[in-house]
Amino acid sequence: MNIRTQVLLWGAQRVSAAVLALCVIVHLATIVYAVRNGLDAAEILGRTRGNPSWAAFYAVFVAAVTVHAPIGLRSILSETFGWRGRGLDVAMFAVALTLLTWGSRAVYAVFGA
Amino acid sequence: MTALKVAVWRGGESGHFQEFEVPRLASQTVLDVVTYIQRSLDPTLSYRFACRVGMCGSCAMTVNGKARWTCRTHVSRVAVDDRLELAPLANLPTVKDLVTDMSAFFDKWAAARGRFRGDTTRKDDFARVKPDSPRRKLVDEAIECIGCGVCYSSCDVVSWNPDYLGPAALNRAWTLCNDVRDVDRRARLEAVAGDAGCHACHTQMGCTERCPKQLSPTAAIAGLKRAALAAALKGEL
Ligand code: SF4
Ligand code: SF4
Ligand code: FES
Repeated sequence: MNIRTQVLLWGAQRVSAAVLALCVIVHLATIVYAVRNGLDAAEILGRTRGNPSWAAFYAVFVAAVTVHAPIGLRSILSETFGWRGRGLDVAMFAVALTLLTWGSRAVYAVFGA
Repeated sequence: MTALKVAVWRGGESGHFQEFEVPRLASQTVLDVVTYIQRSLDPTLSYRFACRVGMCGSCAMTVNGKARWTCRTHVSRVAVDDRLELAPLANLPTVKDLVTDMSAFFDKWAAARGRFRGDTTRKDDFARVKPDSPRRKLVDEAIECIGCGVCYSSCDVVSWNPDYLGPAALNRAWTLCNDVRDVDRRARLEAVAGDAGCHACHTQMGCTERCPKQLSPTAAIAGLKRAALAAALKGEL
């Protein structure tokens, strides 16, 4: 991976971290609200389904996770196990695709279906 | 007079600690202790020093588990129950006893383009750099490095990633990036960016906590990260 890409990944991880910080707060507040008010799954889905704001929020959340997690995992794996080079980069790209797939399914479940 | 119990690393990469008893003196430095052992107890002990006044950067060792310059470290500040444990610097191969091979450390200064390159000749006038200009001030904060290797030895990222340039080389690169006379900035940013360079730093500040000159390589590295990102976004890397 060339130097420029490495640096841009670092920048992407910083930006996605800031986005994640906001998303996690909103997500936790939502959980607390749902639990406090005793909402069950059907009631929660009743409010989120067809609501474009929730869809947009969780789409952003999933995008941030997709960007942030593989970049961090890449550093952890290379520092802990000495794994470097193309194999690692391909594997991390696969992790990103997996996260994106699972995340998109979840967004689809709370919004559409 | 009380005596200090001093455990000293003997051997190379593999070896053992040897115990010595050294008379405790007023205002004694750790380097005084090592020198006493070599001059009076065991002349085969190897260690390095030169200036004895905190300028040359050659006397750093691991003292009770932490990297320190020994010529300016008083025994009273570091001895626990009149005990000292002296070992060579971590993150560098041990040659013998308290002497490490510092080649990798200095090779990385070269790899980080730690050398000034100007484009004027002796026929040109002196460059005039205002002492209170912002970039000159950034240089001031980082320039007093004595190349002791304490930061390098205290950095976990160096031990996890042997290619990592390390705090001292990056700190040096940062001073040159802020030198308005230097013409190598772009190539230097490329040399210090990315996985083996400044972007590998975890900002844990081990280097900054231990640097005997109270420099902050962490701040220098943060400056390099931003400068390199700006260059990458502009397509200059
Ligand atoms: S701040 Fe960076 S360079 Fe300094 S010890 Fe920590 S990881 Fe190493
Ligand atoms: S930055 Fe500080 S600890 Fe590191 S080599 Fe220079 S003087 Fe020593
Ligand atoms: S002997 Fe020169 S810095 Fe300690």
